[in-house]
Amino acid sequence: MNVPTTVEKPGSRELSYAEALREAMGLALERDDRVILMGEDIGVYGGAFQVTGDLVDRFGTDRVRDTPISELGGAGVAVGAALTGLRPIFEFQFSDFAMLAMEQIANQAAKLRYMLGGEASVPVVMRMPGGSGTGAAAQHSQSLEAWFGHVPGLKVVQPSTPEDAKGLLLAALEDPDPVIIFEHKMLYKMKGEVPEGWYTTPIGKAAIRREGTDVTIVASAIMVHRALAAADELAKDGISVEVIDLRSVRPIDRETIIASVKKTGKLVCVYEGVRTLGVGAEISAMIAESEAFDFLDAPIQRLGGAEAPIPYNPELEKAAVPQTPGIVDCVRKLVGGQV
Amino acid sequence: MPDNRHDPDNRPFAIRTFEADVLKDALRKMWLIRRFEEGAEDSYTRGLIHGTMHLSIGQEASAVGSCMALTDDDKITSTHRGHGHCIAKGAEVKYMFAEFFGKEEGYCHGRGGSMHIADVTKGNLGANGIVGGGLPIAVGAALASKQLGRNDVTICFFGDGANNEGAFHEALNIAAVWKLPVIFVCENNKYGMSTSTERSTAVKNIAERAVAYAMPGRTVDGNDFNAVTEAVGAAVARARSGEGPSLIENLTYRWRGHSKSDRNRYRTKDEIESWVAQDPIERFRKLLVDHDIIDAAEADTIRAAAEAEVAAGIEFAKAGTDPKISDVTRYVHAEAKA
Repeated sequence: MNVPTTVEKPGSRELSYAEALREAMGLALERDDRVILMGEDIGVYGGAFQVTGDLVDRFGTDRVRDTPISELGGAGVAVGAALTGLRPIFEFQFSDFAMLAMEQIANQAAKLRYMLGGEASVPVVMRMPGGSGTGAAAQHSQSLEAWFGHVPGLKVVQPSTPEDAKGLLLAALEDPDPVIIFEHKMLYKMKGEVPEGWYTTPIGKAAIRREGTDVTIVASAIMVHRALAAADELAKDGISVEVIDLRSVRPIDRETIIASVKKTGKLVCVYEGVRTLGVGAEISAMIAESEAFDFLDAPIQRLGGAEAPIPYNPELEKAAVPQTPGIVDCVRKLVGGQV
Repeated sequence: MPDNRHDPDNRPFAIRTFEADVLKDALRKMWLIRRFEEGAEDSYTRGLIHGTMHLSIGQEASAVGSCMALTDDDKITSTHRGHGHCIAKGAEVKYMFAEFFGKEEGYCHGRGGSMHIADVTKGNLGANGIVGGGLPIAVGAALASKQLGRNDVTICFFGDGANNEGAFHEALNIAAVWKLPVIFVCENNKYGMSTSTERSTAVKNIAERAVAYAMPGRTVDGNDFNAVTEAVGAAVARARSGEGPSLIENLTYRWRGHSKSDRNRYRTKDEIESWVAQDPIERFRKLLVDHDIIDAAEADTIRAAAEAEVAAGIEFAKAGTDPKISDVTRYVHAEAKA
């Protein structure tokens, strides 16, 4: 029997990273009564970065709940609500403020399933605007992915594109365990193609953003874009760079990174968090312990944040985290055998 | 005490409110807590249980009395001194012992031990190793109930120590602003580890702090089962009818030290003995006998049954299954569906 079918592929249009996140939350609120948003000034104000925007008009103040300025209490309420039937999405106004709530995140949300022998589930999503570049200085600009990545029981993701921002947020929402999503503030206005409808980007899977043969760069969040700009520059010199977008800090996609390093023989890790004891250290160690070690023909390089708080002065602020020229220099030296 | 001047039935609140069977079961639970903790302490001394534990012997009226108005759908959050709450909320001691012995048959499959004992099926969301850790979680459970249109309420147990944590203040404020069905039950046993409330807390009675969060606050004799049931019962009714949270302070005392490391350098023998003389179980037993709910022989039978249940529980735990070593990372995340 010949039944004509038209399977429409979900269309896509251009949205900003912030709009993509908002669309994801709107879909979730529409689809599931258990979903609520909580956070400081996410209602009528629309969120400090206008990510929740007009959602309060569409879904009301019960489901888009402004919390008092009580990060510990608010996060704990989200944890307790997740434990007993809701699917809360909790927005920290800045990821730096999550330091006030570490108890509920690291001691409670992350450990409850384990402590209770699998008899409990904490399906909470915590959204964390992070990163530098806004001139907001030391307490509003940190990149704390590694702090949370150190805690078993948490999953930690870092979208670099509008498409992944939506897909990872929906994946986080579908996950039965707590997921921390680091949103880079300097990406909120970035535009990109975003599929319509409900889709998920798998947690724990990196993306190869550019294929290359000479050097592997593993980067995350805004550093993906700086790495891609560096790769364009290096291509003019005939250097072929493979750029991997880490996307997920915990769990890390071992397979994709190891395969790439086996192919290129060189690895540069680029991340915004403080260089020491950071995400790059983990990736470096992972390669050193793996079968890719024998394929390395140069030392592994890490480009990370300075060993300092994020400074206010704009030039100092830029100097405190990796920038495109620094990535270009690093790769040139590496390929030129100067390391 | 309740005002009974206009009530023809001037018997104590608990006696006129609960059926005889329910009261007898409360006495059974109080004995079960006492004997369970003595059994756990004995097993620890014999080296059968490792780690540490925090015993609530002397506080049984607070745990059982507070839970009297709850159903299995209602929730509690508990503390590091949480064995009593667990039993009061309906847990079976054999699975608790199995947990203490680190066995798969335990409530947390041997992953939690004394400090994380829980029984989610009965609404016990778990003891907590962090002072004040359960306070925001309880508020979250109350939010879920309200948001999803359920009728369950949450009792949040915490100690006097937790009332100086930021989490206490944030949790009470949020619960009041959102008018959530949660009852904060402070078990004030006078000491946060070794530091007395006089040295740690600016207010005389912790219930006074309710004023700051625009909710009712009451301080009661926490070793008086009747007083606890009356105060917490009223707060539960208030929460269930949508009127919001309350703070009840049960004044009580732990006969044992803070934990197994306590050398008792901060309390006098006289002080401890004066509280032992206020034994909440004996006071409740006397209340039941005085009101002809039971006679002495039946009370003894209830106590003996609790002892037997504890002894059987220990044997059940001893025969339990050790977790597989290869399962050390099991339960970190949800297991993939087969």
